[in-house]
Amino acid sequence: MDTNSSSPRVGVFVCHCGSNIAGTVDVEKVAQEISKMEGVAYAGSYIYMCSDPGQKLMRETIEKEKLDRIVVAACSPTLHEKTFRINSKNAGLNPYQCEISNIREHCSWVHEDKAKATEKAIKITKSIVEKVKNDSSLTDIEVPITKKAVVIGGGVAGIQAALDIANGGYKTYLVERDSSIGGKMAKLSETFPTLDCSQCILTPKMVEAANHPNIELLTYSEVENVSGYLGNFKVKIKKKPTSVKWDICTGCGDCYPKCPVKVPSEFQEGLAKRTAIYTPFPQAVPNKPVIDRENCLYYQKGICKICEKICKIGAIDFEMQEEIVEVDAGAIVVATGYQEYPLQNLSDYGGGRYPNVISGLKFERLLSASGPTGGQVLRPSDGKPVKDVVFVQCAGSRDIEEHKPYCSKICCMYTAKHAMLFKHKVHDGNAYVFYIDVRTAGKDYEEFYYRTTEEDHALYTRGKVSKIFEDGDKVVVWGVDTLTGKKVEIRADLAVLATAIEPSSGIMELKQKLKVSVDENGFLKEAHPKLRPVESMTSGIFFAGAAQGPKDIPESVSQAGAAASKVLSMFSADFLHKEPLICEINEDVCSGCGICIMLCPYGALEAEITTKDNKETKRSKLNEALCQGCGTCSSACPSGAATMRNDISKNMFKMIEVILE
Amino acid sequence: MEDFEPKIIAFLCKWCTYAGADLAGVSRLKFSPNAVPIRVMCSGRVDPSFVLDAFAKGADGVLVGGCHPGDCHYAQGNYKTLRRVKLLKMLLKDMGLEEERLRLEWISASEGNKFREVVNDMVIKIKEIGPSPLKKEESK
Repeated sequence: MDTNSSSPRVGVFVCHCGSNIAGTVDVEKVAQEISKMEGVAYAGSYIYMCSDPGQKLMRETIEKEKLDRIVVAACSPTLHEKTFRINSKNAGLNPYQCEISNIREHCSWVHEDKAKATEKAIKITKSIVEKVKNDSSLTDIEVPITKKAVVIGGGVAGIQAALDIANGGYKTYLVERDSSIGGKMAKLSETFPTLDCSQCILTPKMVEAANHPNIELLTYSEVENVSGYLGNFKVKIKKKPTSVKWDICTGCGDCYPKCPVKVPSEFQEGLAKRTAIYTPFPQAVPNKPVIDRENCLYYQKGICKICEKICKIGAIDFEMQEEIVEVDAGAIVVATGYQEYPLQNLSDYGGGRYPNVISGLKFERLLSASGPTGGQVLRPSDGKPVKDVVFVQCAGSRDIEEHKPYCSKICCMYTAKHAMLFKHKVHDGNAYVFYIDVRTAGKDYEEFYYRTTEEDHALYTRGKVSKIFEDGDKVVVWGVDTLTGKKVEIRADLAVLATAIEPSSGIMELKQKLKVSVDENGFLKEAHPKLRPVESMTSGIFFAGAAQGPKDIPESVSQAGAAASKVLSMFSADFLHKEPLICEINEDVCSGCGICIMLCPYGALEAEITTKDNKETKRSKLNEALCQGCGTCSSACPSGAATMRNDISKNMFKMIEVILE
Repeated sequence: MEDFEPKIIAFLCKWCTYAGADLAGVSRLKFSPNAVPIRVMCSGRVDPSFVLDAFAKGADGVLVGGCHPGDCHYAQGNYKTLRRVKLLKMLLKDMGLEEERLRLEWISASEGNKFREVVNDMVIKIKEIGPSPLKKEESK
């Protein structure tokens, strides 16, 4: 590592970013002021530093002015730090002696007064010049990669991501908290815009995942803890006790018909009952039952055990304990999906109160050939045929005041599908749809919607529903037709609410375990909304499907493929290059007090005792691979022995000084 | 006093608050230019001596921005900061500095608006209490 003994020759390049920066910041003045600083050999500006000519100018200037380090005053380092570091490397400099002064996001875009913005831009840039002056020449740390992946969530996105990674030749653990993979898609009747039977297209993928030599299914399991870092995560997974020995169970299904307990089936959205020992649906993968201990008579009252008597091979194990398995993985894909916004929250619509006011997913089960009614549309209250059905769109979506501010995206299309399928089943029935806007952006989506209205004659009314209430055995829907300004009242047999979708329960706990962020609505926050949509801010953790935002099946599947390709490109190298911006212990100064060891969240520091001249000396020793460079040790070290590479405290004092000048 | 413009140093953690401030920029939210940011890897990197140094050199306020509790990119750095800031506030009080001058805020990468509000609010409050007493003594 060089010690910067000779006086540095800093080059400062101020970017106009068109008018993005130059419109609010006097870039010439910034360059002029900076050029007066000690150690600055060059300061100039250019319209687009990130452009090819801009980068060429930079390289030429580095050579001409014999610069040994540079500062680029431009946009946020999250955008072009890498660009400029590579460019300075190409010009023969050390990439870690190139720093970014963020005068766009943190200055020109947020201020209006040009004089004040210019003054602030000068201060920011001065502080970065002070930083770069003391930056050392560093080389990347090579870290080996564990070429195995963990996919969390076994819906269509998770299945697809697991299959793609496994097909690439790498071991993949697919973790699902339910006893079967399949997720929400397994519950759907048909899928828009083709009317493919959902299970018919999903189950082959489920079976493929289960039989894949590179995929290990961990169903009825949840992620307990995640430690480690990119390339070397350790994921602790809790296998919940199934109470059935899956290794010997043949899935014959003899046990559950005899179980005396009947509780609402989650898979059938409460429209049918299931037993306490059960598989969620006939095509479950793996097709092995679990015992729901909350409802099983043996666990609750200590009686029954009928299933144990019936099972000829003795697969029932009431004493089964939960098990924690730890797997090593280089990358993690989060595909935990969505859930419906609780119907109970929509009290104006009688959500949760009236049996004939149901959610979209429940209607899927009513339509489904594998549903409790065999695909006949019958009223949940009394099982009578439905003649008139009202679909209420944006039930909880696009409602800033009371519910969710965002568009749930899939509802316009699934409502069109619902209305169409209903008309296919009940030819003389009426399907009414209340909508705010119909959004059909997607391949063949508009045509599908057109078919619903023109061929199947679903009756669309533009307007919001104000109230739904029961009257006799009917549900009465009050709304307004905003195109004619008239009030509308419809007496219907059934009201289907296109409820908003929200991230699955448990996402808040999971994001803390993974150290990833969520947005204000609880959806996983990607590293960049446009350019890095499947990556998290935490390297090595990727997103797929509706956990990142409302998404339909084609989008979830393509995002899963994108996440898998990110994992595969990572696994194609033998080593990962880790930024060397980590801790360093000055052994001559360290007194061995051990404060840093207690504070380090990664266990990257440990005490090392050496004996020299019969004298024992205690020192802190750093494990480079484990250190993530947070600097918590450095700010607590009483002797200043723990320092951060290229972020030493001496620098900070200089930075503070120039800002406050 | 009329034209007093507080000088504020903002130590922003790279993962949450710095990104939140970036989002404020991308969203073109407008706010006071008084706070000059310094990026740190983690709010836990904010050595108490940085804060004291800033006040000693004439800062009217210091903002420390970190991830929300439980969200720290480095697991627990922000908890360390929380403890340090509490102690620092006691120390600053003994030195005759008002509590409002040091502010610790949890601002996530998606809270661009919160960043704006915190900076604006801090500027208003510091304008009310006036320049740092340390600075006044210096100029005497």
